[in-house]
Amino acid sequence: MIAFYLTLFLPLAGTLLMLGIGNLRIAGLCNIIITTAGFIASLFMAHYFLQHGSFLAIEQQFYIDAFNLLIIVLTTFVVMTTAFFSNTFMWQSATTNRISNKHLRLYHVMYQLFALMMLVALAANNLGILWVAMEGATLATVLLVSLYRTKEAIEASWKYFILCIIGIALALFGTILVYFSAVQELTQTKTGMLWSVLAYQTNHFDPTVIKIAFVFLLVGYGTKIGLVPLHNWLPDAYSESPAPVSSLLSGLLSNVALYALIRFKILTDLALANHLADNLMMIFGLLSFVVAAILLQRQYNIKRLFSYSSIEHMGLITFTFGLGGPIATFVGLFYMLVHSLAKSAIFIIVGNVVQQAKTSLLEQIRGLIKNQPLLGWGLLAATLIISGIPPFGIFTSELIVFITCVKFLPLLAIILVAGFIMAFAGLLRNIQPVVYGEPTQTIKSKTCTWPAILHLSLVLVLGLYIPPVLQQLLQEAAGLITR
Amino acid sequence: MELLTSIITALILLTAFILLMQNRIHGMINTFIWQSILLATVTLLQAQRTARIELYVSVLLIIILKVIFIPYLLRSLVYKLNIRHKVAEIKHPFLLLIGAAALVLFCYHLIIPIRTLAWNEANNIIAVAMAVMLLGMLLLITHRKAISHVIGFMSMENGIFFAALIATQGMPMVVELGIAFDVLIAAVLFGVFFLQLRRSIDSLDVDRLNLLREDVE
Repeated sequence: MIAFYLTLFLPLAGTLLMLGIGNLRIAGLCNIIITTAGFIASLFMAHYFLQHGSFLAIEQQFYIDAFNLLIIVLTTFVVMTTAFFSNTFMWQSATTNRISNKHLRLYHVMYQLFALMMLVALAANNLGILWVAMEGATLATVLLVSLYRTKEAIEASWKYFILCIIGIALALFGTILVYFSAVQELTQTKTGMLWSVLAYQTNHFDPTVIKIAFVFLLVGYGTKIGLVPLHNWLPDAYSESPAPVSSLLSGLLSNVALYALIRFKILTDLALANHLADNLMMIFGLLSFVVAAILLQRQYNIKRLFSYSSIEHMGLITFTFGLGGPIATFVGLFYMLVHSLAKSAIFIIVGNVVQQAKTSLLEQIRGLIKNQPLLGWGLLAATLIISGIPPFGIFTSELIVFITCVKFLPLLAIILVAGFIMAFAGLLRNIQPVVYGEPTQTIKSKTCTWPAILHLSLVLVLGLYIPPVLQQLLQEAAGLITR
Repeated sequence: MELLTSIITALILLTAFILLMQNRIHGMINTFIWQSILLATVTLLQAQRTARIELYVSVLLIIILKVIFIPYLLRSLVYKLNIRHKVAEIKHPFLLLIGAAALVLFCYHLIIPIRTLAWNEANNIIAVAMAVMLLGMLLLITHRKAISHVIGFMSMENGIFFAALIATQGMPMVVELGIAFDVLIAAVLFGVFFLQLRRSIDSLDVDRLNLLREDVE
């Protein structure tokens, strides 16, 4: 239990601590120490969970089950590895005067606050707190996106800010409608927003209200996931923010939004006993997948290229959850894990590349392998992994999604294959000249790629072998979702 | 009491329409203050009707945050950035009005079939609350000045709060406080953005934010 409190308390303490630390070296170090401690605490929490099963905490406001436990451990892990990368990366940014000391303090405070908000959102039992934390995570990252204070960065963060707060306001309305349909039946208004209570009261819900609510929630949280046509902010925000922030946004925040949507999907499925939620998620998921695969082709900026790849994968994951059934849900969860690991690794590598080349335009970065062998090969490997070559975890998930799709909806499987091929071609066509070819300049400075390599190795291991503990958790979580 | 609530509801909807058609910044801020005062009054009426102490806290929150602090913040920004006399042009005002009216009808269409165990007028009022939210969104879409966006967002927030108030007698206290805090932070962030936008594009006209596009330059 104490591990649970620590998991939430550490980033909170970190936020307050960072307010007081002006020295970059010390702040970066503290960032690493706190996030590492946070990861260890979450492991202990997982240990506690495996022994005692799901539990409630802090006056029932927080609730841990297999589903959010998985994502919490993933979140603390990626936050930790990114902190290592961020230490080196930000030091470089500061020495090249890209960023001032004042902004660096802001960066570290917001980094911790962002981690805190994501963890609160994931652990919340109260759906209202889930919303508040999601909005908090958005607000914490807005200033991170505009950290470099360039015109582009300010434009990107303005778009991110305005679109996401509108989206998220709609999600609040949806949450209120869910509460509304529940509170009419429950005598205790205090428990009307608690997920652990709602999940057992769904037979009393008013179906009309739940239907309207789910549409609002899909639009709201869908904006944060980056579903087409609400994705406009995403490539801008990912491409203009500092690399560690892109890595966290793409690897983690979109997962948290998807997590929130799935929580409501469970309620909607139980209350309506039909496939409305599934179908909506499938439609928007597939649309995002296809549109992003097409838009991948015409990118000129390496960070934007991978942002579209994020939209593509998040779309496919949403689609997978929409397929429903224990197998698809199991794969969906697994896909979420490997995609987070791979995508944050990519943004770490790309961040290094952009910092070395001093540009993010694809046509100006050439001959990476000759210049910086580790970065070059890393980028090539990461691109292949994210576009789904065997035997990595992404391939495994895409394969099973495809098989499930063939089984239930054979016609859609054709679209899936077309999308896979387009995405593969789009990524490789753009990345190939970047890694091969003759280098245009030779600059070498300190890089930090081991977190990325660690992530990619994990993706490889998971593609070949799922440890029994993970399998048990995934199965339990899939059981919760398809209940 | 119910009659009074209904009248105020109608007035809130009216303020939402006025906001949408308003093109002077000061007029917008004033209308927003009126909307918030009306909302506070309705909340007070509800608090008396249901005898819930939490709602009195909500009244206080609305007054502090939306009647005093946010308008004050906006006014000082307007003064600081010296945009007092700027007029935001509204394109196709007639179409905008028709669209807004259609949105209200749409809300009624959605909400009326819901069976409520609350009081008679509840459905009516929830429909209006939802309309206020969507009109705020319409304002965000149609107005091209960053400062109108704050008002649009806050008006959306008012609509959502109103819906929660009528539908569920307000949300649990923790959530209420959390939302108020988020709104406060959002308002401050808007202020930060105005200064940044001003410095970077020398205007608060969001149409001039057009650097990030898909095509190759």
